[in-house]
Amino acid sequence: MLAKRIIPCFDVANGRVVKGVNFVNLRDAGDPVEQARVYNDERADELVFLDIMASHENRGTTIEMARRVADEVFIPFTIGGGVRAPEDFRELLLAGADKVSINSAAVRNPNLISEAAWRFGAQCVVVAIDARRITASERLDGLEVAPSANAKIRAGDSKWRVYLNGGRVPTDLDAVAWAVEAERLGAGEILLTSMDTDGTQEGYDLPLLRAISNAVSIPVIASGGAGKLEHFYDAIHAGASAVLAASVFHYKTFRIGEVKQYLAGRGVPVRM
Amino acid sequence: MIAVVDYGAGNLRNVCKALEHVGARIELTDEPAALQRADKIVLPGVGAFADCLQGLQSRGLFEPLRELALAGKPLLGICVGMQLLMTVGEEMGEWPGLDLIPGRVVRFQFEGRLADEHPLKVPHIGWNQITPVRLHPLLAGVQAGSYAYFVHSYHPVPSDPAHVVAVTEYGYPFPSVIARDTVWGIQFHPEKSQDTGLAMLRNFVRF
Repeated sequence: MLAKRIIPCFDVANGRVVKGVNFVNLRDAGDPVEQARVYNDERADELVFLDIMASHENRGTTIEMARRVADEVFIPFTIGGGVRAPEDFRELLLAGADKVSINSAAVRNPNLISEAAWRFGAQCVVVAIDARRITASERLDGLEVAPSANAKIRAGDSKWRVYLNGGRVPTDLDAVAWAVEAERLGAGEILLTSMDTDGTQEGYDLPLLRAISNAVSIPVIASGGAGKLEHFYDAIHAGASAVLAASVFHYKTFRIGEVKQYLAGRGVPVRM
Repeated sequence: MIAVVDYGAGNLRNVCKALEHVGARIELTDEPAALQRADKIVLPGVGAFADCLQGLQSRGLFEPLRELALAGKPLLGICVGMQLLMTVGEEMGEWPGLDLIPGRVVRFQFEGRLADEHPLKVPHIGWNQITPVRLHPLLAGVQAGSYAYFVHSYHPVPSDPAHVVAVTEYGYPFPSVIARDTVWGIQFHPEKSQDTGLAMLRNFVRF
C-alpha cells in the first residue's frame, strides 16, 4: 500500500532556512543542506525547499542548493520559488530535484503547467496554492490578476481566494476551482497552504483540505497549521496524501519518527 | 569500474551519486569501449521506452550492451532501464527491448481487477512496499515489506515467473524486482529509496 508521506518544508532565503509566522516574521533556522541530512536520517519521506526570496539574480544559488542536497540525501525532494519557465524546471531537475513547485507563475501563465508536464512528466509538476478564506466584507472584483477564466471567484459560491507572492497579492481565483484547473492542465500534485492556519499551530485547515481533496484526484499535500500530533492524522483523514510542516520539525516540537509512530498507531500506512 | 550508461535519458546525477555513496567507482559513458572495459554496467532510465531505446540505438550501444550482458557481465537496469531489459515494450506502440529477460512491459491495467471503488492513479508514484518472492543477492539484507520510491506507469511481466524476484502491490501484485542470471532489474528508484535502495545498489556493487 502507498504510504502517507511526512514532509518537512524549508523556506529558504539567501541560502538560509527561515520560516515565517503568518507569512510575515522571518526567523533564521540554519543551513538547508545540513538540515536536509538530519531529516533524511530521521526518515522523512520527502523534502520541500521553497525559495521565498527567489529572483532571477539568485537562480544560481537555488540550483547549487539542489545539487548539494542531491549529493547528500537519497529521498525525493521538491524545489520551488522563482520558477517561471520550462527552462527553470529543466535546470532544477538536472541538478537533482525530483519535483518543481510553481505558484505565482502558474497563476499568471497557466500554460506553464501543461508545458512542463508535457516536457518533464506530470509527476514532477507541483502546483502550490496559498489560499485564504473569503470574508463577508471582501470585494470580489477589481483585482489585477486575471489569468484562468475557468477558475474565477463567484460571489456567494466561493469560499477561499488564491494569493500570490507569499500571500501578499490577492487574485480573483477560487482556490478549489483553481486546483481543479491545475489538475486539468497536468499538475501532478497540489501543495495546499492555508494562510489562515499557517503559523498558528492550531491544526491544518480541514474544510479547505476536504474541499480540494474531494475536487481533484491528484495527491494533495496539506500545509500550514501543524502543532499537535493529532493535526497530522486529521489532515490525512480529511484527504491529504501527505502532510507538510516546518516549525514543529525545525524547532523539534516533534521528531519525524514520533509523528510516524503516532500515525501508525492510528492505522495510517507510513514508512517506518 | 562500473559504467553508467548515458544515452540522453535525463538526470543521471542522482544515480551516479548514490552509486558513489555505496563505494562504487563509476564512469558515466556513452561509448561501447567503456562498457567493454567496465566490470559491471548500470542502465538507468527516465522518460519513455521508445525514446530510451532510440537513445541507445543512435549511440551504437544497443548491440554491445546486449552482447556483454549475454556474455555474463553484470547489468543492472533501473526504472525504464529495467524495462529495456525485456523483449517488448508496449508504451506508445510496440518496441523491441534488449530481450535479456523474456517478457513484456505493460501499462497498469486495473479494469475488472479491483474490488475497491477507489480508482488507482497512473502513474504509480510514491513509497510502496516490496515483497521478495525468492532469495536473490540483490535483496540481501532487505527486509520483506521495505518501502521503495516508485514513479512509473508501466511495469514488466516476465514470461517465466522464475525471473520475478520481488513484487509490489498496486491494484494487483506486479513484478518490481526481476533477474535472470547476471541481468538484474529494479522498477523503483533505488537512488531515491534511502537505506533500502542504497542497500540494493551496494549489493550490486559488491556482487
